Amino acid sequence: MTLAQRIDRGPEDTGLGAPSACPACVAAPSAERLAQMAGPQDARLMLSVPMAHCAACISTVEQALADVPGVRSARMNLTLKRVSVDADPALEAAPLIAALKGAGYEAHELDAGLLSATETDKQGRDLLMRLGVAGFSMMNVMLLSVAVWSGAEDATRDMFHWISAAIALPTVVFAGQPFFKSAWASLRVGRLGMDVPISLALILASAISVFETMHSGHHAYFDAAVMLAFFLLAGRYLDHRTRAVARSAAEELAALEVPRATVVREGEEVAVAISEIAVGELVRVRPGGRMPVDGVIVEGTSELDRSLLTGESLPVWAGPDTVVSAGEINLTGPLTLRVTAAGKDSSLHRMADLVAVAEAAKTRYTSLAERAARAYSPLVHLLSFSAFGFWMWKTGGDLRYAVNISAAVLIITCPCALGLAVPAVVTAASGKLFRKGLLIKDGTALERLAEVDTVVFDKTGTLTLGVPELTNLGDHPRQAAEVAMALAGASAHPLAQSLVQAGRAAGLHPAQVSDLREVPGYGVEGQWRGCRVRLGRAGWCAAEALPVTATYLCTGEGSPRAFTFADRLRPGAAEAVAALQAQGKDIRLISGDAEGAVADLAGRLGIRHWTAGALPAEKAAEVAALTAAGHKVLMVGDGLNDTAALTAADVSISPATALDAARTASDIVLLGQDMAPIADATRIARQSTRRIRENFSISALYNVVAVPLALVGLATPLAAALAMSLSSISVTLNALRLK
Amino acid sequence: MGILTFLIPISLFMGGVGLVAFFWALKKGQFDDPQGDANRILTKDYDDRPKQ
Repeated sequence: MTLAQRIDRGPEDTGLGAPSACPACVAAPSAERLAQMAGPQDARLMLSVPMAHCAACISTVEQALADVPGVRSARMNLTLKRVSVDADPALEAAPLIAALKGAGYEAHELDAGLLSATETDKQGRDLLMRLGVAGFSMMNVMLLSVAVWSGAEDATRDMFHWISAAIALPTVVFAGQPFFKSAWASLRVGRLGMDVPISLALILASAISVFETMHSGHHAYFDAAVMLAFFLLAGRYLDHRTRAVARSAAEELAALEVPRATVVREGEEVAVAISEIAVGELVRVRPGGRMPVDGVIVEGTSELDRSLLTGESLPVWAGPDTVVSAGEINLTGPLTLRVTAAGKDSSLHRMADLVAVAEAAKTRYTSLAERAARAYSPLVHLLSFSAFGFWMWKTGGDLRYAVNISAAVLIITCPCALGLAVPAVVTAASGKLFRKGLLIKDGTALERLAEVDTVVFDKTGTLTLGVPELTNLGDHPRQAAEVAMALAGASAHPLAQSLVQAGRAAGLHPAQVSDLREVPGYGVEGQWRGCRVRLGRAGWCAAEALPVTATYLCTGEGSPRAFTFADRLRPGAAEAVAALQAQGKDIRLISGDAEGAVADLAGRLGIRHWTAGALPAEKAAEVAALTAAGHKVLMVGDGLNDTAALTAADVSISPATALDAARTASDIVLLGQDMAPIADATRIARQSTRRIRENFSISALYNVVAVPLALVGLATPLAAALAMSLSSISVTLNALRLK
Repeated sequence: MGILTFLIPISLFMGGVGLVAFFWALKKGQFDDPQGDANRILTKDYDDRPKQ
């Protein structure tokens, strides 16, 4: 973070938005902050640690990070499952993630720059502050109101009313602001949102109470006004917190897309923003790098991982004249490409267009709360105004009485419980899912998830980890395996890495192989006991290629040996599929991978409907066809080729390891590796939708009892207070019943 | 009734103290990580030097 940014953030850190007790404290930065500002070279890194959950986790994570050279301090936030690290500017996130992995926690980097807005969470603190003020005055006004209700009379009652007014009026002005603002915004565009009756009730209740107090009236609604503000702010705060937690972790995972590329211009390598690359230029991509553009290889050989783009699990050989697409990963050797399409024309962007089309075709979901508000607001206003008209006519023009009644109707019907009904349930449910490792990005995702009857899975990277696993180590003599291990140790290729790991796990030690040399795109060769040994592609080792993923070893003696690999199943995938099937959902598997691999996996998991070799557009079309047939579709996928399908589905889930674009397109992010929580999510979603409906019924029931009382003029401030608090408490308790 | 002239200001003052304490806690970030704070008391690391 730069010094400028640090200073920009000043007011949030010191909470300037709040009425500070000491203005000077705010104006003068504390010594601590001065010290921070003096060290602008500090780097601030943010990591998401989804599996941390206990006291021991905090110390383990902080200790593991503190042991990394260059780290000054690390602080874990368990609520947000996020750790912030103060470190030397030279330090990158990779060694920190590795250190955490060593300690047994998976971690993802978060973009600290984007995060600064949510870290101090100005809006959340603002709401909490208003909630605190409303709570304070609610208690004090209630104290005075109870005295009035229990029989204070004449001068005493008037004095109590005046004191209540002195507390309540500033509170309503301060704490009611979020409602006034949003009511004004919705009125200006000519709509009646939920906030219009709320604001009207707040203003009318305060105004009429002041009027009554001035005329020594019996009833003042100051307590009702502040109580209303308090309960509604509580709902608003819960709602905000749910969204803030999700936003901070899901959308701000650092982007995986490369913003820059290395271009060769006049023999020199220059880093250039991707948008500035022109067709025909030469671009260099190092091993481990992602293709920034579409192009044709002019120099170098390597292997390409296309899994995120196409779902293919096998690395593909690439050499001069091979056509590559943006988004593929270069595995072994450096490559130089001639750009054929960049920016808007590249295949990455065509994929984005596909997403835009799917987005446009999707109908907007109307949440339960919106539907309730749409029916509720006009009804409340109508009731209140007709009560006013009726009593004006009945009493022959007693304005004071008529206004009193219509205010009582507004206060009693005011959607206290309705304001809490949805946020309380969504907070309880998403808190529960968050602890299981699922992040709900969108508030209505739970409601949509509850209706799902068809689940579509992607294969590579979703049901499987996209990590190859050695399957036939036991078939080889110890010596051959040890030679293979030694050769594999010289390469960063995923198959080689997996071979080394499997060997180490079996207690093997690499053989003494000298002159190790990696031939990009082919394999590794070396000298062992005076002979040349090779580990790599079938053609290079003079072996016959098997139909499965394999690497081949030739030692010069006997026929070449094949080490076969299978994509490892994601932990919990089998359980999730079984549980979803038990819930009566139709499970489908749509993959871009070859038929053999897909059929094998579908058989292992017991999935009957599967499609192999699907192109991105075909995936989206299949999901759209299911939707058109009246199914509610949940799409689970991670690749770029899934994004259009994720968007087209009613609700979508992607793992945290997915590409940025896929995570952005989906409603729910799976933070851990384990997939089992998906089955829990559908169960909890159905339960929470049921709770939301119950909450609506509860608040409707209170209104059915209380509104007639208000209409005939029997409602006292005491009755209003009782109806309001009882209904609010009962909907909150109902929300907490969520299992 | 004279007692009210004392009692009401006193109750308001005490409530106000609570409110100021709440503002202070909010500003110090004490509500930023309630779960972490609940767990931190269980570890020995912070016994002598509370970590900010």
